[in-house]
Amino acid sequence: MARSLKKGPYVDTKLLLKIEKLNERGEKKVIKTWARDCTIIPEFVGHTIAVHNGNKFIPVYITENMIGHKLGEFAPTTIFRGHGGKKAKQVIRKK
Amino acid sequence: MARIAGVDLPKNKRIDVALTYIYGIGWTRSKFILSHTGVDPSKRVHELTDEEVAKIRKFIDENYKVEGALRAEVANNIKRLIDIKCWRGLRHKAGMPVRGQRTRDNARTRKGPRPRIGGRKKKGG
Repeated sequence: MARSLKKGPYVDTKLLLKIEKLNERGEKKVIKTWARDCTIIPEFVGHTIAVHNGNKFIPVYITENMIGHKLGEFAPTTIFRGHGGKKAKQVIRKK
Repeated sequence: MARIAGVDLPKNKRIDVALTYIYGIGWTRSKFILSHTGVDPSKRVHELTDEEVAKIRKFIDENYKVEGALRAEVANNIKRLIDIKCWRGLRHKAGMPVRGQRTRDNARTRKGPRPRIGGRKKKGG
C-alpha cells in the first residue's frame, strides 16, 4: 500500500541534515548511511552515498532518474553466484 | 476489413471482442469505447459501416496509447529500471520475479521451463 501523501516522502532526518550541510558549502563527500529505507529526493542528486547492505557500504552515485526510489534498492543484500555444478564451485573458490 | 491502430480486427468476431485484439485494449476499454461512440457491440466486424470504423479509430487515437507506442513505453520503463541498477532492474535483467514473490518453488512464468539435470530426459533430448 502506498504511503499517505499528507506525510510526504520518508527521508532520514540525519542524512538530510548532512546533505544540506554539504549543499550549503558546495561540497561533495561520500556519506555512509544505514538508512536503506530513505527515499531519494532531488536534494540528493549528484552526491555519492555509501549505503549499507548488511555487510559493507556500497557507494551509490545518485542521478535524477533515481528520485522516488529508496536508497536500499541500489545496494543489494544478496549475491547470486549460481547453482551447483563445477562452474559454481570455481566461482566460490575464487572469492 | 477494418484496420484500427495499424493492425488487426478479425472479420467474423463481434466488435467488442475484436477490439480486444488491439494491444492496450481489453474488455473494459472495449465496452467503454463502444458505448461512447454509440456502436452496437453485438455487430460483427464485417457489418460495420466505414463511418463507425472511423469513429472508433478516432476515439482510440485521441484517448489511448496502444500497440507500438504502448509497447515502447513499457519497454522504456523497464529500461529505466535496468539503467539505474535498482533492485527491480536487476530482477528484470536476471529474468526473475520482480515484486518479491517466492522463488523457492514456482515462479515458472519468469524463470521459464525447469532445467532438467540428471534424471530422465525426454526422448531425443
